[in-house]
Amino acid sequence: MDTGDAAWVLISAALVLFMTPGLALFYGGMDRQRNVLNMLMMNFWCLLIVPVVWAIGGFSLAQVPFENDWIGSFDAAFLRGLTIGDDGGSALMTAMFLGMFAVITPALISGAVADRMRFSAWAVFVPVWLILVFVPVFKWVYGGWLGQRGSLDFAGGTAIHVNAGIAALAAVLVLGRRKGWPGEGYPPHSMPLVMLGTGILWFGWFGFNAGSALGASGTAVQAFANTFLAAAAAGLSWAVVERLRDGHFTNLGAASGIVAGLVAITPGAGFVAGMAPIWIGLATGVVCCFAVGLKTRLGYDDALDVVGVHFVGGLVGSLAIGLFSEPEFFGTDVMAGLFHGGGLDLLLEQALANGVTIVYSFIVTGLIMLALRATIGVRVSEETETSGLDLAEHAETAYSTGTATLAGH
Amino acid sequence: MKLITAVIKPFKLDEVKEALKAAGVAGMTVTEVQGFGRQSGHTEVYRGTEYTVDFVPKVKVEVLAEDDQIAGLVDAIAAAASTGKIGDGKLWVTDVGLVQRIRTGERGADAL
Repeated sequence: MDTGDAAWVLISAALVLFMTPGLALFYGGMDRQRNVLNMLMMNFWCLLIVPVVWAIGGFSLAQVPFENDWIGSFDAAFLRGLTIGDDGGSALMTAMFLGMFAVITPALISGAVADRMRFSAWAVFVPVWLILVFVPVFKWVYGGWLGQRGSLDFAGGTAIHVNAGIAALAAVLVLGRRKGWPGEGYPPHSMPLVMLGTGILWFGWFGFNAGSALGASGTAVQAFANTFLAAAAAGLSWAVVERLRDGHFTNLGAASGIVAGLVAITPGAGFVAGMAPIWIGLATGVVCCFAVGLKTRLGYDDALDVVGVHFVGGLVGSLAIGLFSEPEFFGTDVMAGLFHGGGLDLLLEQALANGVTIVYSFIVTGLIMLALRATIGVRVSEETETSGLDLAEHAETAYSTGTATLAGH
Repeated sequence: MKLITAVIKPFKLDEVKEALKAAGVAGMTVTEVQGFGRQSGHTEVYRGTEYTVDFVPKVKVEVLAEDDQIAGLVDAIAAAASTGKIGDGKLWVTDVGLVQRIRTGERGADAL
């Protein structure tokens, strides 16, 4: 194992881990004051349960052996064979790096189900969804049948953002609308938290995208540059659209655009070059700015716009590879995009990979949620929804103003 | 003994405080409050969705004073808090039955 490669991948893995607390703050600030801790804990729950499930069998089913078409095996279950004695730690490092992605993928869904999902239902949903939805889709895209056909997904546009985004839609359709939605308004309770979370996400995303080169290579440099440029361009275009449409440059518009741009450049981060990330970013900022308005028109209560930002942004970015992919830089086993003489082949493969992911993830996520609804129940009581989930579900409050007396004194 | 209660624009608090100190007031109580009067709320737009915020943030100032001081203090507060625009707030005076300094037990004017 090259020491330079190992150093970069290990640092990248830590950067990706940091994205989940960043996402928690991004969502938590947008949420209401009485539910912010529930939002943080839904994200931190992923940090607790997913690494354990990943070690027990998630990684093995998702990647071992790499050539399997549909699903991995139990060969590396319980981390069997993943020792530093065998290969200097290369395989163990990959397992840990990918484990960080496994943590954040279900966490993305938390923004949609905010304000009304029972925490115990979420606690079960995360590991079940990880094994039944994330693991197979991840396998198909990376080494499996979708990847073998030629579709591209550098760091997880299809396998992570489209997958989690459409799962969020299925989840909220089973869960139902929040009390009062859409008539009652729920403005963000702390925009500074949203901006801090956005900064952490952008910082961590350099590990997510550039780390996915799995080495300190030229591809990593390109992915790094693309991550920098696409996020800025999307934040810019979203903010400008809001200025023209609503009259102001807003913090939430800038933050949402940055995240949408990061999502969109994820699938193509190691396949596009030059000004392509800026074109992709500018387009994504405009498309997602309008896509977040779909929920009120279509009537699904996606509380913090997981569908509008992650699903739509991921889809735009994934299809954009079909236009901008440049095999000149990234190797001839990568198909060329439409703008680089490759015709429509890659675009059609991208459409197929995303279409399969959308159908599978939507159906299986819906079934998981229906099963949870029929057994332990997925909604909190109306009283809890009104009084706040922080106190009812976690016995904590985010912004305590008074003194407390120790029980029994 | 009377209590002056003034609900004012938050950014005017410093000027009101200085005016009251200059008028010889020995203490005051300040609370952050929300409410509405003729100045209705405002709208905020997040991701294109418009929210109406009905209550406007204000600061409530409470001052205890002897009857003969009241007219001067009311004028001082009104002058310091005024911008001439809608939303400057209100002030009112109420009778106080008893004032006592907790530490010493002094009552009435001695407790101020």
